[in-house]
Amino acid sequence: MVDFGGWDMPVQYPAGTIEEHLRTRNHAGLFDVSHMGEIDVRGADAIAVVNFLVSNDATKLVDGQAQYSALTTPAGTVVDDLLVYRFSADRLLLVVNAGTTEKDWEWISSHRQAGAADLKNVSSDYCQLALQGPDALGILQKLTDVPLADIKYYHFTEGTVDGVPSIISRTGYTGEDGFEVYAAADKGEQIWNKMLDAGNFGSDTGVLPCGLAARNTLRLESSMALYGHEIDENTTLLEANLGWICKLNKGDFIGREALAKQKETGVARRLVGFEVTERGIARDGQEVLIDGQRAGTVTSGSPAPYLKKNIGMAYVPTESASEGQVIEIDVRGRLVSARIVKTPFYKRER
Amino acid sequence: MSNIPDDLHYSKDHEWVRVDGNIAIVGITDYAQDSLGDVVYVELPKAGDEFAANESFGSVESVKAVSEVFSPVSGEIVGTNETLADAPEKVNSDPYGDGWMIRVQMSNAGEVDSMLTAAEYEDFTKAETE
Repeated sequence: MVDFGGWDMPVQYPAGTIEEHLRTRNHAGLFDVSHMGEIDVRGADAIAVVNFLVSNDATKLVDGQAQYSALTTPAGTVVDDLLVYRFSADRLLLVVNAGTTEKDWEWISSHRQAGAADLKNVSSDYCQLALQGPDALGILQKLTDVPLADIKYYHFTEGTVDGVPSIISRTGYTGEDGFEVYAAADKGEQIWNKMLDAGNFGSDTGVLPCGLAARNTLRLESSMALYGHEIDENTTLLEANLGWICKLNKGDFIGREALAKQKETGVARRLVGFEVTERGIARDGQEVLIDGQRAGTVTSGSPAPYLKKNIGMAYVPTESASEGQVIEIDVRGRLVSARIVKTPFYKRER
Repeated sequence: MSNIPDDLHYSKDHEWVRVDGNIAIVGITDYAQDSLGDVVYVELPKAGDEFAANESFGSVESVKAVSEVFSPVSGEIVGTNETLADAPEKVNSDPYGDGWMIRVQMSNAGEVDSMLTAAEYEDFTKAETE
């Protein structure tokens, strides 16, 4: 068990990270992500108030839709990345990272504009379980009457799971199809156990409980950013290839001006994916060299269990940020060759 | 409960030593491999390299972490387990057998006497997990 944003969380369950990772790709994995923070926003101006704080355009959401977005600083850097759920025109739910929940709450409270919106940190009210993988739909369907196939990707509905009122969201952090279920915190254990039963936990093709390590390798193979690694208050959304969640024409929001300016002048460095081309594993924080010169830093590096390669993401100067560019990683004093490749490293077949 | 064979010597860094004449065979313990998780890469020294006791001779990487491995004895490397390059998972499946790491020509065979016995190592790991 390790401390993760104040939560005791397992790095891995007995099956081990590789098996957990592969099972999620091939069948199903179950993740207890109750550590994630939730902020409830209600009132006639809920959407307008949130829209000023985030980079994506919350006005484009329809009821029952979720959107990936970011809380931005005036410099266009990232306070946190989050999901914005729209229940109705006057009710949103923000789902934020565990380690940043308190910081986000303070940021939002001190930067929100006036308007009819009550914000409440409801993190401790919810548990959150992520059931991910190609078999996730079939497993969850055994526990709910909600026709899951009708929920589109990045949409959600309210219903019951094993009789417990829940938010059922077709979202995830693994690159697989799957669902995230939010319910009352004290129902977490019940739903967890039912999902394991329904998913034939114990059989070779059944669901496996997955720890933080598999959650990290799965998201890295799918090239999803992890707060504190690819993005933080020193990286802008444009540097992190998150221009697609910067809606510069949606109206004013914190960081809009800086991001518009950076878009015009271009970024000096950019986040890229790389594949190690000789023996060795790149790790978070290691230096990147190009032509023998220090050029950047690895933000995440790990073996990729499904792809069976050693991969990573790093910031490099924009002029070197092209596919095929050869880079070197300083792996504890040994220089290891790598090549910039297209991301995502892994993309599931749809 | 981890496996701790009686006939080996143990270090507080979770290496084991099997003594064969003047040669020490070194690997990591069952407890160590279990704590690390799936081993995906093992970096070993070359024959002829010399190490002092408790000096790092290489590293073991799991999916999640890198750990240095330390030679409990002083001496010269006279052999390494080259099969770990293609099958690092042997460190998990057979830590005291096929997962061995280095053979050291000891320069001071008395050093193994200051290592932990199986019973002492068992107490040591219990104290560490408490």
